[in-house]
Amino acid sequence: MKVATVTDGPWARFGMRRAGRLVLSVWVLVTAAFLMIHVLPGDPVRAALGPTAPLSLIEQRREALGFNDPLWLQYLNYLRKLLTGDMGVSMTSGLPVQEVISARLGSTIQMALLAFALAVVVSVPLGLLMAVLARDSRRRGGDWALTSAGVVVATIPEFLMAVGLVFVFSVQLGWFPVAGRSGPDSYVLPVLALAIGPAFMLARIVRVELLAVLQTDYIRTARAKRLRAGAIYLRHALPNALTATLTLGGLLLGSLVAGTVLIENIFAWPGLGGTIVQSILAKDYPTVQGVVLVYGIGVLLINLVVDVALAVLDPRSAIRES
Amino acid sequence: MKATAARRWTGALRSPLGITAAVLLAAVVLLAVVAPLIWSGRADAVQSAEILQGPSSAHPVGTDLLGRDILARVLVATRLSVGLALLATAIGVTAGLLLGTANVLLGRWIGRWVGTLINIAVAFPSLLLALFFAVIFGVGAKGAVLAIGFATAPGFARLTQTMAATVSGRDFIAAARVAGIGRMRILVRHVLPNIAEPLIVSATMAAGSALLAFASLSFLGLGVQAPSYDWGRLLGEGLAQIYVHPAGALAAGVAVVLAAMAFNLSGEAVARAIGLRSAQTGRRTEHTYEPPPADPEPDGPDQPLLAVENLHVTFPAAGGPVTPVRGVSLSVRRGEAIGIVGESGSGKSLTALAIAQLIEHPGRVRAERLEFLGTDLREKADHRRLLGTSLSMVFQDPMTSLNPTQRVGRQLAEVVREHQGADRRTAWRRAVDRLAAVRIPSAERRAKQLPHEFSGGMRQRAMIGMGVMANPQLIIADEPTTALDVTVQRQVLQLIANIRAAERVGLLFISHDVTVVGQVCERVLVMYAGRIVEDLPTDALLHDARHPYTRALVAAVPDMTTDRNAPLAVIPGRPPDPHDLPAGCPYAPRCLLATDRCRREDPALTTYAIGRRVACWHADQAPAAIPDNRTTVPDDDKTDDPIAAPLGGERP
Ligand code: SF4
Repeated sequence: MKVATVTDGPWARFGMRRAGRLVLSVWVLVTAAFLMIHVLPGDPVRAALGPTAPLSLIEQRREALGFNDPLWLQYLNYLRKLLTGDMGVSMTSGLPVQEVISARLGSTIQMALLAFALAVVVSVPLGLLMAVLARDSRRRGGDWALTSAGVVVATIPEFLMAVGLVFVFSVQLGWFPVAGRSGPDSYVLPVLALAIGPAFMLARIVRVELLAVLQTDYIRTARAKRLRAGAIYLRHALPNALTATLTLGGLLLGSLVAGTVLIENIFAWPGLGGTIVQSILAKDYPTVQGVVLVYGIGVLLINLVVDVALAVLDPRSAIRES
Repeated sequence: MKATAARRWTGALRSPLGITAAVLLAAVVLLAVVAPLIWSGRADAVQSAEILQGPSSAHPVGTDLLGRDILARVLVATRLSVGLALLATAIGVTAGLLLGTANVLLGRWIGRWVGTLINIAVAFPSLLLALFFAVIFGVGAKGAVLAIGFATAPGFARLTQTMAATVSGRDFIAAARVAGIGRMRILVRHVLPNIAEPLIVSATMAAGSALLAFASLSFLGLGVQAPSYDWGRLLGEGLAQIYVHPAGALAAGVAVVLAAMAFNLSGEAVARAIGLRSAQTGRRTEHTYEPPPADPEPDGPDQPLLAVENLHVTFPAAGGPVTPVRGVSLSVRRGEAIGIVGESGSGKSLTALAIAQLIEHPGRVRAERLEFLGTDLREKADHRRLLGTSLSMVFQDPMTSLNPTQRVGRQLAEVVREHQGADRRTAWRRAVDRLAAVRIPSAERRAKQLPHEFSGGMRQRAMIGMGVMANPQLIIADEPTTALDVTVQRQVLQLIANIRAAERVGLLFISHDVTVVGQVCERVLVMYAGRIVEDLPTDALLHDARHPYTRALVAAVPDMTTDRNAPLAVIPGRPPDPHDLPAGCPYAPRCLLATDRCRREDPALTTYAIGRRVACWHADQAPAAIPDNRTTVPDDDKTDDPIAAPLGGERP
């Protein structure tokens, strides 16, 4: 936790290891994105232009995109361009891919972060409540009801949750708009649809972890100090339960990113999720490539943040690993 | 082996969860088979007169844009939706198995690289992977099957890898390798059968996820293409009409959730049935307890700090409650040190926890008397303050008994902040002072560290420092030196002795080690099977113990010529299972003096001399009757006494 320890052996080793893993992952991702187009059966240019396109046009486009170069040269060019921030040109709109992405990335990030924040804010107290109820012999029923409800809710995928929410709150009650991004009320349903499942899932993790932590020797020590129940739960148990919660929460944030793809398509949200589906359908491969890269790097960064946060919260885990 | 496995799998059917899962799954499979045969006509019949109608008797959930019956379409779509999901799962499971066993199949080196790739791939959510593969394999049902299959593979590969690694480490695999059996054969004959059950469970759950993933892709327009339709497609079509006609989207949505749940619950039910294996061992007999006649405490002039009479601790268990502590009576006076010795499972630690009021639900504590500083702890009043300031606990394992995420100083300071209302600064100063008092060098700096930065001995001393933050009258130390090496152990014992002498506190010292107890305590209580079987002064321990068990414990202590680090000699046999106590003396199965009477009647703890109690029918037999191969005893050698030895003094 102290700054001075960051330069110590284990920390340096942890940093090196983690950085190495990130670089390797990014390289695999970039290579996969590059190969994605080249292992496609058939000619992507012909596919994009349609079966009726004249041969001369196809040849011209192939040349312009560098498809006639040897594979290794294409790969090097691709890497070189990526490093300068050039992701190619959209086959459908003719706009640079990086512009298409930067115009839409913000609203996706916004939605994902809002949903994640909501999930965390709801799940910690909910999990705590479930654990407290589970520990209290007279109120086991409450824990049972919450846990079962959580299991059911967490199995409903976000896009079905979205359909349900739209049906109840837009169609039946007319409280929120059904699609698009306009005022603050247009955020409610998409964010809820994304957050409800993860919130219950996280709450379950918080509950299980808390119950496990409450069995440990140091909680017995805290009880031997005769602290108030509140102090035992909040000061001693919760911080220790959160490290594991954070690990799984990170995974959840990753899948929440994936969930945005569906939610954006349901709510006609102007984000990357709409872009990727449209460009897959339109066979606009440069755009697909770019968006896949952005999603992938987003996920890798989330994992990195989670690992670092974990190491700061629980230095032993970082040291044990290296 | 086969039969028990089958029993376990059918056992999954007997729980409510299992029944629900089985019924759902059967319904899904049945519909997938018969629905297209029965309702295809209805589902495809275009009726332009009945476009987008609400529920009616002819169309229970209404009609779609072309006037087709929605219910029929949802039912017919079962076959395609489930079939494609199962196909994708099969691909994913096969690919995952191959990747996950790459190090068995292809050797360690390639296996490592595959492992690295798997680790990178599992970091990505499977829907993103599915989208990625959907680009490669193209839009449409075939592309989506492959995409979802390959997106499932990394997770499955990781699971296989982890489990195969644990199996591969086992002896029989090594033996098979040495015997020159081929890799493929090892895999198929030895590795896979051992991990089959968990793999089948996760494959079942993976089928549920594949179903949802397929619905997502079709919903996005990347999966099944018109004129074919699956649930995802119906959902997408329904969503477009949700304002006019919500039933379309909802019916498809409900179908997807129910089918996915059928697979998930089945997996869950089987997993539980498999996991329950260990819980269904043997029958349990309930031991009826007869309270021993209350034995009068040897009376002393002053009021004891702690007085316990006929203490019982009971826990509920599968075959009826068990009582690991059965009628313990003891007292501790001011400045007195009492030791409790016994093997693990004798109930000594539970006795300590019960006295300290730390037995948690569902455990129950009963006693005829449980008084601390004149307060009856059995009363429902709030004893937090009394116990928090006057009674302190020092626990066994210093590695786990301190909170790993809190600075040591703060954990100490907490005690006085909580009970004496000290402000942050005062409490911190007291904590640093206590750390210094337990000889932690540069206490100021150390107080700011986390427990893992302390050595084991320092942690235990910090723990003791925590015990003397307030002004304890009684310290209960539960195996405080067990996890420490001999030198540190000596220092810690010295520290406890010093505190006791300086503050005149009472000490209840619990240990499995007679030698240690002999060094610290004036009086020793020997526990066996939840009861005190002998109560004697420490001086008598060596040559005048009456209970055969006490003598065996003393005899098991290595003498000066044996290596202190060698494993302790043990008493043959095991302590009785508290679930199933024998009739008569619980020590009889291991006792060299046991007679028929011992096996019939349980001896009560009786006083036979001043300050001496024993529970044995043959306590009057001369100690010589017990075979004893020992000559020297460490306690005889006074220089080995850690209390007499100077702290940190050089010892061999
Ligand atoms: S009562 Fe009998 S069996 Fe029990 S310890 Fe004494 S001699 Fe041994």
